[in-house]
Amino acid sequence: MSGGLRITGGVAHAPSRVTRTVLLGTIGLVFAVPIVAMIEFTLRAGLDGGHDGSRWIALFQNGFTGVYRTVLVGLGNSVTLAIGTVALVLLLLVPTMLLVHIRFPRLRRVLELICILPISIPAIVLVVGLAPVYSTVARVFGSGVWTLAFAYGITVLPFAYRAIQSNLDGVDVKTLSEAARTLGASWGTTLVRVLVPNLRRGILAGAFIAVAVVLGEFTIASLLNRVNLQTTLVVVSKTDPYAAVILSLLALAFAFLLLLVIGRLGAAPRHSRKPRPRKGTTS
Amino acid sequence: MKSGRQLSSSFRATAAALGLLPFAVYVLLFLAVPTLIAVGSGFVDTNGEFTLATVAALGDPVVLATFASSFWLSALTAIVGAVVGAIACYALLGLRPDGPLRVMVDSLSGVLAQFGGVMLAFAFVATIGIQGMITVYLRDTFGVNLFENGVWLYETPGLILPYIYFQVPLMIITFMPALQSLKPQWAEANATLGGGTRSYWLHIAFPVLAPSFLGSLLLLFANAFSSYATAAALVSQGSQIVPLQIRAALTSETLLGRSNLAGALALGMIVVMAIVMTGYSLLQSRAARWQR
Repeated sequence: MSGGLRITGGVAHAPSRVTRTVLLGTIGLVFAVPIVAMIEFTLRAGLDGGHDGSRWIALFQNGFTGVYRTVLVGLGNSVTLAIGTVALVLLLLVPTMLLVHIRFPRLRRVLELICILPISIPAIVLVVGLAPVYSTVARVFGSGVWTLAFAYGITVLPFAYRAIQSNLDGVDVKTLSEAARTLGASWGTTLVRVLVPNLRRGILAGAFIAVAVVLGEFTIASLLNRVNLQTTLVVVSKTDPYAAVILSLLALAFAFLLLLVIGRLGAAPRHSRKPRPRKGTTS
Repeated sequence: MKSGRQLSSSFRATAAALGLLPFAVYVLLFLAVPTLIAVGSGFVDTNGEFTLATVAALGDPVVLATFASSFWLSALTAIVGAVVGAIACYALLGLRPDGPLRVMVDSLSGVLAQFGGVMLAFAFVATIGIQGMITVYLRDTFGVNLFENGVWLYETPGLILPYIYFQVPLMIITFMPALQSLKPQWAEANATLGGGTRSYWLHIAFPVLAPSFLGSLLLLFANAFSSYATAAALVSQGSQIVPLQIRAALTSETLLGRSNLAGALALGMIVVMAIVMTGYSLLQSRAARWQR
């Protein structure tokens, strides 16, 4: 090997520390500007200039009354929808993926295609077709906001599938389930006590991403005239732009923390050593 | 005995197949049916009869202009986003994949790529709106008026910066794995043959990365093309891009039969997306050859 070859962290010809810092610093600074602008905007003290934190204090002191109440309703709806969507992922997607993986391996490609498909169908196009479907749904289930979770389950599908599948690829699900079955476990026990604990990380990541997507969703709710966090933010922004921006910042921070947790979960297996599966089923 | 076992095994296979049913029904009702309705309603007139007239409306100059502006907005922001994102990925090379900075950049990218929409519109109003931080700063410090030629923030050009803001993070998410899969052995082979950094990037890394880069570029294009929330929150009047025109067609109460135009527009979008995503999957399978 010639002396000119520099390998950093297993990667050859990675940029030097200086280049890296300059590039990331510049891009980071540019991307920080709108966030800083949002913060600055919420701290403006009125027409005569200057800055203070009165709007933040007022928002929290008044306990979300008046216009802000709608935001609380929207947030409540979004949380309901997030729970509903996660339930769909857990009750419909996970069992189906496991069943296909164990019993119908030839259907894997088909399932993958179906799950990735929603990426190529814009939400706005889906809404055009969802409107008539939802008039039927409203007749059967009523027009409660939770029914929107059916639509969100579809938009979340590609992300949840990716998260769970990458975990599924790393676990020998077939052997585990056969072992459990040989030892006399029923399918239900095998699923809940053997498979799910082994796929906990992927399922958790899928669920977190589902929550992030649902909290950020606007298109479908807005065009089907439902109320969620994002649609109420738009309504509030028309009467009190400051409150809308403060609430957006809070939502952004919340989503960031959520994904930071996912990142931690994703990074975790690199630290844990191999012997885990050998110790039998993890509890 | 034997036939009994065959019977029970075929029974179990049927039972297992039944287990696939709930998901199949769900996907059929909420993905297949809506997509077919969306596309199909483009071929039906107000009386419910088959017609090509609405599809012909896609040739309308106004509609064509909307598709054109959607197209250039998506193309421009995809190219800028892909280049800036690729530079960011390059800068991230050599950092430990599970190190704190990488995890933070990944999480931030995830948030900004997923969570854009309405919030992004607010952010840019606060930045370069009429009373935005940058606008005010430029006006008070340099006497530069950003909006000398009208308030472009609420028209198509105003969408460029917000779109780039969610395109770059998406590029980081999708392109980083490709950069990460460059094998150090290739660099060693290059070094053994007397090559340097320049020849490594020029003759090895760029050709290997090209399909991944173009694939990510197409994904970014599709992402911008289908994006609705940012534009909807920023642009309240007019419909300069296709998703906004679909909104106008869907919510219009004055013109009867406009909802079929929404179907035709949806059909047009599906066609564009189908072409782009086919190209994407072709490039992905080419790129996959190196990602082992």
